[in-house]
Amino acid sequence: MPFDTLRTPLHALHLRHGARMVPFAGYAMPVQYPEGLLREHLHTRAQAGLFDVSHMGQIQLIPRTGNLVDAARALETLLPIDVLGLQPGRQRYGLLLDETGGIRDDLMVAHCGDTLVLVVNAANKLADEAYLRAHLTGICEIAVLPRALLALQGPGAETALARLAPEVAAMRFMDVRTIELAGTSALVTRSGYTGEDGFEISVPEDRAEGLAEALLADVSVRLVGLGARDSLRLEAGLCLHGADIDAGTDPVEAGLGWSIPAVRRRGGAREGGFPGAAAILAALAAGPTRRRVGLRTEGAAPVRAGALLFAEEAAGDAIGRITSGGFGPSLQAPVAMGYLPVALTEPGTRVFAEVRGRRLPMVVNGLPFVPAGFKRA
Amino acid sequence: MLRFTDEHEWLAREGDVATVGITTHAAEQLGDLVFIELPKVGARLVKGEAAAVVESVKAASDVYAPVSGEVTEVNDAAVADPSSVGSDPQGAGWLYRIRLDDPSALDDLMDEAAYAAFPK
Repeated sequence: MPFDTLRTPLHALHLRHGARMVPFAGYAMPVQYPEGLLREHLHTRAQAGLFDVSHMGQIQLIPRTGNLVDAARALETLLPIDVLGLQPGRQRYGLLLDETGGIRDDLMVAHCGDTLVLVVNAANKLADEAYLRAHLTGICEIAVLPRALLALQGPGAETALARLAPEVAAMRFMDVRTIELAGTSALVTRSGYTGEDGFEISVPEDRAEGLAEALLADVSVRLVGLGARDSLRLEAGLCLHGADIDAGTDPVEAGLGWSIPAVRRRGGAREGGFPGAAAILAALAAGPTRRRVGLRTEGAAPVRAGALLFAEEAAGDAIGRITSGGFGPSLQAPVAMGYLPVALTEPGTRVFAEVRGRRLPMVVNGLPFVPAGFKRA
Repeated sequence: MLRFTDEHEWLAREGDVATVGITTHAAEQLGDLVFIELPKVGARLVKGEAAAVVESVKAASDVYAPVSGEVTEVNDAAVADPSSVGSDPQGAGWLYRIRLDDPSALDDLMDEAAYAAFPK
């Protein structure tokens, strides 16, 4: 491990539980525990997985006027979502775009009453912080919160967390609450990155281990590493920034146009006014030329990120590329996502992926691969 | 005669044929295996070139030929159930058998004591 690798507040707990640590986004992170990735993945789908995601960035925007509307209006200049319409105690997904409409990062925005709290990707958090400071400092004080972030995911997450704080049972998907948990004030959202129902729980760093131990005291809760986090999100059809979305992809072709509401589109009350608006509004109107799709293999060999896609077994020119791929433990089969020309994105369409010099048949599959378990109602 | 490579493979030689697999250490590092691809019987392997592929949920890893020779047999049961390579890599999870071009090539490899001491 490089000597300058950062540690999360749960580092000692990971080592105590036999985690294999790997460098990720500058941190030493648990990729898996002794139980192994397959069992960790399946346990999360069946009961509840506990993930340390403290490497992610938690950035608070505090309006200098004390009026949250000012922070919301300012954030809308960077983010093509309805921040002004976000209600207290609710969270939304949004995309930071560059001037050409490429995706700088994807994030969550939570309305916490008098502040907005953003959760951003670990690999982008320093760039995001600098970007927010450069554009919003006049309106908002920007604070990187020195807090740990735990994700509790799976159909058993509600029961397990409600043992410590019964009020979480009343939360719905994308709700945000401040809750007394393990002797501290926790910021809890009902969301996650696995396709399952679950929570993300932000606590002061020195309370993270106590909270993790309290959750792990429940036999239905087991530690799950970053390896299973990746296979879970892939089966759920969720994008990984830096793989499925990046500066070279736009929200429309990524299938994330749903995150841009009517109020920010052409004819909307607050049309445009975000980086890349001209390109994105045109793309929303015209439709994409390529689109992110799910793909399954006909054979047993996984097809990984970077594999080129071809329309025919003997075709000369690639028509697309796999952006995430591996084995889906819940499907017991390889799963992948990638980009294809729109004409080839109908489920059931057969294409070929090049793996180790051979062309392997793949079939376009609707996303997600595994139905979502969100608690919407 | 059991020998090990610094690429974490083992070879068990009987006469001029060696059985090849990955070591317990390699299997632990790879994690749960979900797919393996083996050379074809009759294929010529050249020392240092990719001979097989073992894939975990997360990644594909090449298994390099530790010696040169001709493949005489492959473990079809391991292809059908890749988890057997993870659970018993130095037994039921063997990968393939190779007729050695030069049986003395194994003399350069580590014995069990040397491999145990080899930094991992």
